[in-house]
Amino acid sequence: MPTTLSAQDPAAAAQPRAAHQQDRQRQAGYAARLDGVSKSFGRPGAQQQVLDGISLDVAPGEFVTLLGASGCGKSTLLNLVADLESPTDGTIEVPGGRPALMFQEHALFPWLTAGRNIELALRMRGVAKAERRQEAERLLELVRLTGAYGKRVHELSGGMRQRVALARALAQDSQLLLMDEPFAALDAITRDVLHEELTRVWAETDVSVLFVTHNVREAVRLAERVVLLSSRPGRIAREWRVDIPQPRRIEDAEVSRLSVEITEELRGEIRRHGQH
Amino acid sequence: MASTETERPPESGASPAGGAQGAERDDAAELAGLEAGLDALDTRTQARTPLARTLREKALPPAVAVVLVLALWQSAFALELKPDYQLPSPLMVWDALAEEWYKGTILGVVWQSVSRGALGFLVALVVATPLGLLVARVKVVRAAIGPVLSGLQSLPSVAWVPAAIIWFGLTDATIYAVVLLGAVPSIANGLVAGVDRIQPLHLRAGKVIGATGLRGVRHVLLPAALPGYVSGLKQGWAFSWRSLMAAELIATSPELGVGLGQLLETGRVYQDMPLVLGAILLILLVGIGIELLLFAPLERRVLRNRGLLAAR
Repeated sequence: MPTTLSAQDPAAAAQPRAAHQQDRQRQAGYAARLDGVSKSFGRPGAQQQVLDGISLDVAPGEFVTLLGASGCGKSTLLNLVADLESPTDGTIEVPGGRPALMFQEHALFPWLTAGRNIELALRMRGVAKAERRQEAERLLELVRLTGAYGKRVHELSGGMRQRVALARALAQDSQLLLMDEPFAALDAITRDVLHEELTRVWAETDVSVLFVTHNVREAVRLAERVVLLSSRPGRIAREWRVDIPQPRRIEDAEVSRLSVEITEELRGEIRRHGQH
Repeated sequence: MASTETERPPESGASPAGGAQGAERDDAAELAGLEAGLDALDTRTQARTPLARTLREKALPPAVAVVLVLALWQSAFALELKPDYQLPSPLMVWDALAEEWYKGTILGVVWQSVSRGALGFLVALVVATPLGLLVARVKVVRAAIGPVLSGLQSLPSVAWVPAAIIWFGLTDATIYAVVLLGAVPSIANGLVAGVDRIQPLHLRAGKVIGATGLRGVRHVLLPAALPGYVSGLKQGWAFSWRSLMAAELIATSPELGVGLGQLLETGRVYQDMPLVLGAILLILLVGIGIELLLFAPLERRVLRNRGLLAAR
């Protein structure tokens, strides 16, 4: 198996933001650890390797974006971490329990109101009935949707739906939030607003985020660390630490400068595929 | 997750130096305002249609159609296309029903059939729901009985009556057996279709929040399949009612009591055409009535809650 550039020392990468973090996670020193993870699809003989030897740590409270062109297996990687699929090879450890996952589509249940969607996640987590309503209202307030409790999903705008989906993901009280291009289908202004919201919510909670995107500026705008994947098979090509202080804006000069650098690298990765 | 007050924790590692606090609050206010604007611009509102318009658009056309049919019927009678013992006028049918009404038996007759139909339907529901779930979710079961189950829908349940009489004699068991054989495939197939149309994304989302196994069935699979399930129920009721009439018409005996099917058979035996037409009318009315009062509102509600009705 080819060697890959794995993540640096997770302890050094961790910026302690919240006062307390889950014990198990602190003991482990990471929110997720991927070690030599590979994934192939198809029958033996006609296999296609999607991911090859991915080793990556996400530190407690860290915000990491996975960046890559289409076909780099970044969504597959999230599915593996979410335990929706199993790796062909390698191990994945998530000490904080079942991770929450947000999809590109809101994936809210249309037969429930916004509030009830959140309550269902609370219920599955074992929150007592008496507390669910209050907790759901609190989470809606956190994503600035006070008063949307009784709204049906189809009555909400795209941005509001994704905020409810974020609240539902947070309702799982997981230490790790996986996000699979959650803002890709939104218009630019709404996306900007949701970037700000996500940064704020992330700062107010102690959740770690692993965020997948193909949008370089989005990756730089949000993350403390950007990990670039090559395509077919997906391998970790390079990673960058983003030291620009939050709150950032997507049009900030520093965000642009780093984005240009990363885009060059990404284009190089894509170009390699046209050469043979 | 830490308890989350609305204020940003000061030690928040990502925030800039303390001097920017005021500016940050302005930013937050600006963001909230921007967000409120976006939300307001993008939210769809639906006005309810006024009652008068609903009546004009929904109730008037069928009323006109009924009047037209009655008028045609009356003119056929007036032209004496058939002798009046074969083709009575609407008024004669009305009189026959009124006579049954004054005998004080007609409500009992209708109730006999409706209660049988309802009980048969409920039992069919209890049988068909797990059956449909099994066929929908277990590959082997689907391969084994899926085709038979959908094939059974095209078998008229009246075909089961002779078999049921041989098995159970002229008893209630015969009638219920026929009703079940008519309704179970419809309901089960409706559920299968409903499950097949579930968005895979919803199943994955259910898994992610921890709704797996039976909890997944109860909280995700069944509610997600509800639109298909409800149309299965609707069709299942129609099949129950049809099968019940077939069974009552053929399986008549004093012990079985008098339902609408037996009333129809009585009319035939006495060559009482007004009574026969009256009984047919009652059967039709009960069938339509239950559909309109029970299943149509249920279906509308399910679809409206999911925002699937707005386009219609």
